[in-house]
Order: sequence, then C-alpha cells, then structure tokens
Amino acid sequence: MIYGIIRLINFAHGDLFMVGAFIGWTVLGALAGMHAPVALVLIVALVLAMAAVGLLAVGIDRVAYQPLLRASRLSILITALGVSLALENGAMIIFGAGFDTYPTNLLPTASFLLGGATVTWIQVGMFALSLLLMAGLYAFVQFTPVGTAMRALSFDQDAARLMGVNVEGVIMITFLLGGGLAAASGVMMGLYYTQINFLMGFLMGLRAFTAAVLGGIGNIPGAMVGGLLIGVLQAFAAGYISSQWQDVIVFAVLILVLVFKPTGIFGERVVERM
Amino acid sequence: MALLEIQDLHTFYGNIEALKGISLAVEEGEIVALLGSNGAGKTTTLRTISGLERARSGSVKLAGRELTRTRAHDIVAFGLSHVPEGRRIFSNLTIEENLNLGAYLFRRQMKILKGRRDTVYEIFPRLLERRTQLAGTLSGGEQQMLAIGRAMMVEPRVLALDEPSMGLAPILVRQIFAIIEEIRRRGTAILLVEQNARQALRLADRGYVLETGRIVLQDKADALAKDPRVRAAYLGGEPEVEEAQDPQTKN
Repeated sequence: MIYGIIRLINFAHGDLFMVGAFIGWTVLGALAGMHAPVALVLIVALVLAMAAVGLLAVGIDRVAYQPLLRASRLSILITALGVSLALENGAMIIFGAGFDTYPTNLLPTASFLLGGATVTWIQVGMFALSLLLMAGLYAFVQFTPVGTAMRALSFDQDAARLMGVNVEGVIMITFLLGGGLAAASGVMMGLYYTQINFLMGFLMGLRAFTAAVLGGIGNIPGAMVGGLLIGVLQAFAAGYISSQWQDVIVFAVLILVLVFKPTGIFGERVVERM
Repeated sequence: MALLEIQDLHTFYGNIEALKGISLAVEEGEIVALLGSNGAGKTTTLRTISGLERARSGSVKLAGRELTRTRAHDIVAFGLSHVPEGRRIFSNLTIEENLNLGAYLFRRQMKILKGRRDTVYEIFPRLLERRTQLAGTLSGGEQQMLAIGRAMMVEPRVLALDEPSMGLAPILVRQIFAIIEEIRRRGTAILLVEQNARQALRLADRGYVLETGRIVLQDKADALAKDPRVRAAYLGGEPEVEEAQDPQTKN
C-alpha cells in the first residue's frame, strides 16, 4: 500500500511487524496478573500494539521519509533499509537478542476436522480477523474520501494538491494504517507461533514483499491474494518438501514472477516517474 | 483592486530564474489570456499562483489576500482553481470520483457535492453518461472537459487554465473555448494560458505576452491581435487561417 502511494518499498515494514509482536507481548505480560477475561486482554494487546506501531510508522515517515519525498528514489530506499536496521537493533537492545515467548495458556486449543484436516479455532479466528482487517482496508481505500485521495495522489501528487488534498496528511494516514496492520499481524503471529525475536521481521518483510510482487505491486487486493497464495505455497513447501526449503521456494517464485510477469497477477503497467 | 493581482513575481528552478518579475491582474468577470512561446514562463506563472512552486519574491493576491506563503491545498479553499497543463486527471479513478476529489474541501457535505456535480454534468452532459467509467478511458477532449469540470467543483472565483486546447482537434478546441465563455458567464474570472494565440485572443478581454520570464506586452485582446509584433511571433502573419495544434502530450 505504501509503495502504491509514495513509490517507496518500505523495507522497514517487516520490522514494524516485529515491533508490533513485541508490544503485544509486553502488554500481555503486563496484563497477565490481572485476571481479566482472556478476550479482553487479547483485544487490549492487539489495539495497543496497532496504535503504538501506527504512531511509530507515522514518526518514521515524518523523520526519515518526508524530507526525502522529492529526493531520488534511491536515497529514500536506502533510508528505508537504515530504518529497518535501526528498528531491529533498537528492539535487540530493549528486548534482548534471544527469543521471547508469548503466553500459551490464553488461547483455546480446541479443534475440529474439516475435510480430513485438523483446524483449530485459533486458525479460524486469525483467518477471520485477517479477512476483517483486509475488508476494512479495502472499503476505506475504495469508498471514503480520504481513501479516494490516497488513490488519487498515488497517481499524481501535484494534481491531488490542486484539488485541495493535504498530501502530507494523507501520506501520514497511510503510514498509520500500514503500521497498525503490520502490528496486528505481528501480534497474531506471536500468539500463533509463540516465539518472537528481533530478527523475525526481516524474513516476514521479504515474504510480504514477495506476496505484493506476486499480486501486482501497489495493488491492495493483489497484495491480499498474493499473500494468501504465498502463505499456501509456503505451507505446502514445508509440508511436502521440507520446512528448510520453504523460503527457497517462496523466493524462487519471486524471481520467476519478476522475470516472467513483473507486473504480477493484478498489476497494471507502472509508468516510471523518477 | 483587481480580483487576482500579481506583483513583481520571481520564481526560480534551482539557480535558473524562470519568472523575472511578473505583474498582472485579472478583474472580476474577465477572461485574461497569457501568451508566449514554449519556455516563456506561462506554466510557471500558473504553478506559482496555485502554490505548486514557491515564489522567491513578489506577491499574489486573491481578493486582497496574500497567497505566496499559503500551501497549494489551502489556496484552493480561497477560490482559485488551477487546471494544469496536460489535464492531469486521475485515470485510475472513475469520472465521478475525479469530480468528488475536485470538491475534496466539501467531502463531508454530501448535499453540496451532489449539487456541484449536477452543475458540472449540466455543462458537460458527456461526463454524466460515463460517470462510472475510469477517467483513463475518456478521449482527449472528454478528459479536458473532466479536468475543467473537476476544477469547477469548488466554484472558484478565478479559474486558471493551462493550455486547454493542447492536443485537441479544431472542432473540440472550439467546444472547449465555448465552455470557457460559458464559465465566465456563470461568474468565474479566467486566466487562460494558451499557445493557440488566435483563438485565445478572440475569446479574451485582455492579454499579456510573456517572453523569457518577463511580460513584454499587455493590452486589450483585439489590440494585441492587431499588434504587428504579436502577429509576427504568434499568429503566423496570416490572420484568418486555422492553425493545426501540435499534438504534444506531456506526462
């Protein structure tokens, strides 16, 4: 989404996801002794992580990206790498270099059989929440005035300014949403796989990038479908071949897409405006 | 005092002085043509007025309010709409979405939006027929109509048009010029930048001629059309021949 709007491949996106996972973990730890209902605890952790990371993303945008909006693409790309490293090492200093573990007693472990596969309610819940967030994002971008302004400025910033759109303000909202969504997936990831680490965002960021390229970069529904396809591919690769090979396969797909259909599944032709 | 008053405007691109002290005025209800060859500074003048470029010095006043330190997206709210060169419509959005963006300032006032859209559709019935289509599917003339309609959504006091005839067939050029006249009749003053000097001077009340960042001539439109210097430089000497437009497209 951020690429779509300011043509920046946000390398720090995966690290925002990681920070979200850590904030969720911190909140859960702080609330653990309070005997509050589990659902409430989870919602509070999710919402706080989303808000905090959303604001962090806005701050990063203001400090690191906005001043470079009119500079060359390369300098902003390198800045994004720098932000990524800063977040990773910052998290290492604060949370340590080892793995932290999400509490495992929060979520129900019940499961049911669906067509021969065991499906846990956690998986159902995560899937539902992801769908909800994606639908919400899609509706926001497609049907609200601010969402329309986002699509407009992704096409032509100056023309959007002439319409009275506060371009910097809309970019800020974009980062707020992007950061919030990254945090939501970070918390879900933490809850599901339980182990979190300061480097977890790097690989996730690359996988998300692959998903975005597969779907057609800059295209939100494309990124959603791409994400689903990459997820399924990764799971099959892990299941049928070996989990050590899953990323080899995922990134081989990235290379193949870039070689044979660089615009992705839903991609429009991107007119280069350097 | 004039509705739009520009005094001694200087604008730089890096070290290059694109505008070397421009002064001009647009009165209420006027159509003012700004003529000049490529690179004379016509587009820069409009971009500076609407805040896309920052003036180094000088002043732009709309109804007495200084605009040179105001950001582009706020200037629209004071009543100045700019239809940029090359139309710059949002081809990834539908026609109706383009129009709604034109009135982004009123995005929470559905009634105003609807009323304004109806007015634009009344002037441009073609847009109504195609309102759910992506703007990129429109023909060049229709795109120009959309760009003008979009700028009219704020009911501006001054409409600045940058080369509305660029790349259009002569019959469409006449249509667009008729629409400009209609917009003036509805009470909006117009600052018209044109390379098609003959048609622009036929429509305008007054005109300015710009050369390398300076205004070198200014007069009533009919006087300019008769001026030997203007005829030699911009009207090709022979008065009543329609000139073909260079179908250059930017962006």
